[in-house]
Amino acid sequence: MMTADYHDIPGTYVFDAQQSRKGYHLNMFCMSLRHADNRAAFKADEAAYLDRFPMSDAQRRAVLDRDWNGMLELGGNIYYTAKLAMTDGLTFQELAALMTGVSNEEYRKMMVDGGRPIEGNRSKKEWANG
Amino acid sequence: MARIVGAYATSHVPAIGVAMDQGKTDEPYWQPVFAGYEASRQWMEDLKPDVAIVVYNDHATAFSLELIPTFALGCAERFPIADEGMGKRPVPEVVGHPDLAWHMAQSIILDEFDLTIVNAMEVDHGLTVPLSLAFGQPDAWPCPVIPLAVNVVQYPPPTGHRCLNLGRAIRKAVESFDDDLRVVIFGTGGMSHQLQAQRAGLINPEFDNRFLDLLVDDPEAAAAIPHVEYLRESGSEGIELVMWLVMRGALTPRVTEIHRHYHVPASNTAVGHLVLENQD
Repeated sequence: MMTADYHDIPGTYVFDAQQSRKGYHLNMFCMSLRHADNRAAFKADEAAYLDRFPMSDAQRRAVLDRDWNGMLELGGNIYYTAKLAMTDGLTFQELAALMTGVSNEEYRKMMVDGGRPIEGNRSKKEWANG
Repeated sequence: MARIVGAYATSHVPAIGVAMDQGKTDEPYWQPVFAGYEASRQWMEDLKPDVAIVVYNDHATAFSLELIPTFALGCAERFPIADEGMGKRPVPEVVGHPDLAWHMAQSIILDEFDLTIVNAMEVDHGLTVPLSLAFGQPDAWPCPVIPLAVNVVQYPPPTGHRCLNLGRAIRKAVESFDDDLRVVIFGTGGMSHQLQAQRAGLINPEFDNRFLDLLVDDPEAAAAIPHVEYLRESGSEGIELVMWLVMRGALTPRVTEIHRHYHVPASNTAVGHLVLENQD
């Protein structure tokens, strides 16, 4: 794997060439959910709908399990995976709560209180020690 | 000749559009967000621009991973409102200005920026939320709009320098258009926010306020901010701020700050807003 200066940022998947190539079919599946008839077909039979997209077994499993961070790790981009979240009736803020592992109420309160601070969140070293 | 008569920068948080569409702007959560847009709506009403150039980004709506133009200029007669997955926003269709847009395309490409020319494109919240903030909720937008979509989804987006210089090329293009059009330019997106993964919710007011100061008084310094600094300091989606540099480049080196607003949060995002005018 090529290393980049941004790989040190914790809790973040930069959607670079490597991620984009890995996630192409996963993201194009999500893109298809922009259309109401596709959303209906997906909801009617998720596994059958996913057969239309040649994604990896791990990507397929992450979609079916709604493993939101797993999808990102496997090349998903947030603007694409958000379309799956919207298909499920989630708001962006509810999706963010799921990805950060807190309740909707806790996440909303964190944002109203000024958001996640930058101090302690710049480098993976800080997370490893924290 | 046409000329740029003002600049309007704002975040384009989708939830702001939802709050306006659902009549929630007076709720305690939203009131402080929208209070900061009242003076600038009056400014825009007094300005009465003939055309608005809106620098924004598409969010996996008109462009998917099939085609990722770095700079795409909308030259169409009209731009339909997109269904982003929850139905279309109840806002007017966007009417283009093909005469100026095609002139800009020719001028800017000969100025060595390899624009993508777009003749059919739906527009998403990245473009419509700033229009709603600037113009309110009319039955039709008060002026034609030229969309300029910048890729900030696939890394790497264009550099800050490239964006600032594109703005300068836009100014040259506008000023070489024969008709006496008064043009306002929008820069949209940002400010600090991260929508993805375990660090979602990141907000950095110090970065944001420094960026606002630099954008006004030292745009070269703002343009020198490297991508990794945006990603680290302003969150992975804060890198949208490079689009504000396109707007800034289209203005004179010295500008007058007419209005500024900063508020945390709107949904997951820090809201920033600037109105600038040229100093001759």
